[in-house]
Amino acid sequence: MLNTALVIAFALVSLAFLLNFWRLLKGPDAPDRILALDTLYVNTIALVVIFGVHRGNAIYFEAALLIAMMGFVSTVALCKYLLRGDIIE
Amino acid sequence: MIDILLSVLILTGAALTFIGSLGLARLRDFYSRLHGPTKATTLGVGCLLIASAVFFSLRDEGVSLHEVLVTLFLFITAPVSAHLLGKAALHLKLESLAPMPAQDDDPSDPA
Repeated sequence: MLNTALVIAFALVSLAFLLNFWRLLKGPDAPDRILALDTLYVNTIALVVIFGVHRGNAIYFEAALLIAMMGFVSTVALCKYLLRGDIIE
Repeated sequence: MIDILLSVLILTGAALTFIGSLGLARLRDFYSRLHGPTKATTLGVGCLLIASAVFFSLRDEGVSLHEVLVTLFLFITAPVSAHLLGKAALHLKLESLAPMPAQDDDPSDPA
């Protein structure tokens, strides 16, 4: 039962990844692409968490936490670049 | 019993993640596209993290608190990045379906 739910969840999150990649390629503007990247990293956290439950290994959370931190910093840096033309002034 | 609870939480989380990404792909202008990922996807990941917290708390002895850390971090940072994205979009004057608000000389605007 849990395994079936995990397989369905893998499929749904993978479809979500495909939709994000489509938005990343299509744009049309820079903020759209940054939003697509932002959603990609949140979906990656979802995938890593599902994978951790699937493997029954709690070590995957460290990976999820690292992805969360790096993703947030990269989104803020890209937005700052769009706003000011510079990241650290 | 716990299996059913975990399955429902995982399926809800995955479905919400998918709906958020569908909103990102399908909505018509940037300001509405901002809604999908920042609300639905964050809630979906929250559901998945609750499921995994329950799973690891029952499997190993003791309460698993790693997930709470990820959840807290995600729920604090998601509105901040959404705010910055909206600010960048307003700065670049992206076209919107709704009429743009009237410009006033706001000294706090970094533009």
